[in-house]
Amino acid sequence: MTTTAADLTSPAKNRAMALPSARRLLLWTGLAVLIAWVLVPIYLVALGAFGGRLGVFRWPKSIWPSDLSFAAMSQFLAIEGVFNALLNSLIAAGLTVVFSIALGAPAGYALARYTFRGQNAYRLLVLLTRAFPLAILALPLTVSFIRLGLYDTPFGVSLIHTVLALPFAALVTQSLFMGIPREYEEAAWVFGCTRFQAFIKVILPLALPGLAATAIFAFVISWNEVFAASILTVRERTLTAYLLRILAESPLHYRFAGGFILIIPSVLFIFAVRRYLFAVWGIASK
Amino acid sequence: MPARTSWIPYALIAPSVIFLAALFLVPLVQTVWLSVSAGDGLSLENYRRMAGDLNFALAVKNTFLLTLVVVPLQVVLALAMATMVTKLDKGRDLVLWVLTIPLGISDLAAGLAWLALLQNTGYLNSALYALGLIQGPVGWLSQETPVALFFAIVLAELWRATAIVLVILIAGLQLIPKEFAEAAEIFGARPWTRFTRITLPLLKPSLQSALILRTVLAFEVFAVVYALGGRNFPVLAGEAYVWQNDNQNYGVAAAYAVLIMAISLAATAVYLRVLRTRPEQLP
Amino acid sequence: MADIVIDRVVKEFGSFRALQEVSLTVNDGEFVALLGPSGCGKTTLLRIIAGLETQTSGRVVIGGQDVSDLAPRKRGLAMVFQNYAVFPHMTVFENVAFGLRMQKASQADVKRKVERAAALLHIESYLDRYPAKLSGGQRQRVAVARALAVEPAVLLMDEPLSNLDALLRLEMRTELKAVLREAGTTTIYVTHDQTEAMGLADRIAVMYGGKIDQIGSPLEIYATPATRFVGGFIGSPPMNFIKVACSGGTARIGEAALPCPMAGKDLELGLRGEDAALSPNGSGIPFDVRVVEPMGSHLLLTGAIDGQLARIVAPPTAKVNAGERVGLNVDPSRVTWIDGSTGRAIARA
Repeated sequence: MTTTAADLTSPAKNRAMALPSARRLLLWTGLAVLIAWVLVPIYLVALGAFGGRLGVFRWPKSIWPSDLSFAAMSQFLAIEGVFNALLNSLIAAGLTVVFSIALGAPAGYALARYTFRGQNAYRLLVLLTRAFPLAILALPLTVSFIRLGLYDTPFGVSLIHTVLALPFAALVTQSLFMGIPREYEEAAWVFGCTRFQAFIKVILPLALPGLAATAIFAFVISWNEVFAASILTVRERTLTAYLLRILAESPLHYRFAGGFILIIPSVLFIFAVRRYLFAVWGIASK
Repeated sequence: MPARTSWIPYALIAPSVIFLAALFLVPLVQTVWLSVSAGDGLSLENYRRMAGDLNFALAVKNTFLLTLVVVPLQVVLALAMATMVTKLDKGRDLVLWVLTIPLGISDLAAGLAWLALLQNTGYLNSALYALGLIQGPVGWLSQETPVALFFAIVLAELWRATAIVLVILIAGLQLIPKEFAEAAEIFGARPWTRFTRITLPLLKPSLQSALILRTVLAFEVFAVVYALGGRNFPVLAGEAYVWQNDNQNYGVAAAYAVLIMAISLAATAVYLRVLRTRPEQLP
Repeated sequence: MADIVIDRVVKEFGSFRALQEVSLTVNDGEFVALLGPSGCGKTTLLRIIAGLETQTSGRVVIGGQDVSDLAPRKRGLAMVFQNYAVFPHMTVFENVAFGLRMQKASQADVKRKVERAAALLHIESYLDRYPAKLSGGQRQRVAVARALAVEPAVLLMDEPLSNLDALLRLEMRTELKAVLREAGTTTIYVTHDQTEAMGLADRIAVMYGGKIDQIGSPLEIYATPATRFVGGFIGSPPMNFIKVACSGGTARIGEAALPCPMAGKDLELGLRGEDAALSPNGSGIPFDVRVVEPMGSHLLLTGAIDGQLARIVAPPTAKVNAGERVGLNVDPSRVTWIDGSTGRAIARA
């Protein structure tokens, strides 16, 4: 997996050299437009988040930053419930990471290393989840969650988010473990390890970066989810649920502040896992 | 592996099977059950109420329209992006990173980002004003401008969710040995022919999974729509949310859920059938 | 040190029988090569001995102890894998020390034994490097050092040289032989390369179709193959098999006559390419040369004897042209007679 970036660059090399300069110009113009298309809305929501109340209603607007301050942002964070929502989002996402790795990685290991009856049925179950709009499943869960005391808790939200992230984690870890030659493990057994020791001493260290990437994906899945989180919470809202609820009544600059806070971790995470992005999605979309 | 250790894989998958049974299969059945039970017995009352609702027809129309416009555009855009990126040498990683940023952005945040651009005193209006095209702030996202609102939602969805198609397609492109295109080139195929006759057919499995993923998600579209237009633009998932949270009518909400699931499953089945690849055709 | 007894081991994968009642005894300190084409069951047999695979029936006894049901770590053996399986996240030192650490050897012991194994394989200078920085040949040395460091009773090697390029393979082969002779470990070595097996082993077990076709010293196997398969698999060029009619104890090919055994109807003459000499006057077995390939050390002649494909080795200076018919002199004591119906060699008188 570590070679992904290198693999990406090498085949393109000859082709790129061969492009005449006019076409290169065209290519880069196109790419510049696409990059602007991605970055400009983020830039503008950031301006909205730091521009404050006055900035939002200024007319006409300039696309250059003026009188930015953290005041708007800190006011937003000081609103009753915002900090709590942020905390709930972090807890739910953290728990989702723990659950989806703890449940998904062993399954991925089993799929990678063993042939067993029921293997295809299990794979089908995992793939079946993809044909369903999973967040919708939060609807009937409301009743059972109220009964079980899970309603309106980040824990309850993390359970439904784990349904979203678990199939992904199982498939990604499967190919992660398949990428680690079985011979490493066998060598460890021959040289005196039990199965468990071999896993801890040999497989885990080699799988760690990939597991970290999987964990980050699980985090982002939970952090971004709106529908289920909104259905399953009333007071202990996650940040997305909170923002959705206040959409109608809150001033624009608060909405932008909220949007900006939602975007930041995503940008950082995608940066952190960029090397794994294609390997992971190549697998998860098989 | 050996027969004496055959319990190990079962022990390893058991936790996730139990979990998915409890939180995926059970709610699935519950949803169907909830939707057909009203009062004491089985009835289609919830479906009747759903279908009789003012917003229902509009929500169905809007959701389908959005999906039919957004998903094909995303695939075309992603193919164009992927083709451009594969031509790059220097700066490729950086460009890819930027183009995939929206992958990590929530639909709600995406809606808010485009709100900043499109609201009455937003940047689009400012630009139009600077160009002298409008006299003052104009509303694009209200009930009176359904077409503009629709396009705003399309833009936000394109912005947010093209990245995932791009990533799946690039992952797929990496699996296609470049010898195929080179062989075609030697036999005289022009770039467009190479793309349509070599690359696209070999990319079919990736296209299939991208389409399934995107279509299922497009039928649940909700937060982007809410962030931009509130309830001015009813969609199926939004109606389910309203019936559940505001009207506290779980039965009708479940009926909506069943409808969304049925559409998603049907779409998946269609994709699996139309874009199936026979194993012997894979490289 | 220990001997290994493999007692009627059977391995089935579903309905496929990978090993059919294989029995083999390897003496203490002996080097036995399991030689055969891919899919013959040699690697499966090795993995069963290691405990990485469980036999369907039969026993494996190492040093007098039945290890059939023991986990690999309890069998007192070491193994060198085809892809080396040198742990990428550990330094060379830690790789070599891995088995000793698992035995909970003392720090001083580990250091001493690792250094000795490293010296044996000339890897002292990169003990603190990571495997990613090593060449294939160097990794190979690390894998062997790791196996020898634990001073195993039994050493198993699964095609250890197959991933090296030709020159390096030759070099490592020589070195491996010297190192293992010094260590005196009982070794089972799986390979599909006959020159490796011939060069390294005390005895070779030739496997085919899940069975051992023949076991013997390299020279025995070469000179007196027990089956048509062994004759065809060992030697380059492979042994020629010519269908001949035998009547009254004499087989006639052209004008030449060879004494033949009486047994069997479909008799085949097994003739090694280098056991036939060009006769100076064209007498002997007629051979129609089709292609002449000068190989430097010899000429490889491909053609037909009695209309059947044959390859003959001639001295590099021989004057032979394609399309020519030449005569071959054959020493009757060096030919093998095969019963065509069973594929087995007919015992020599």
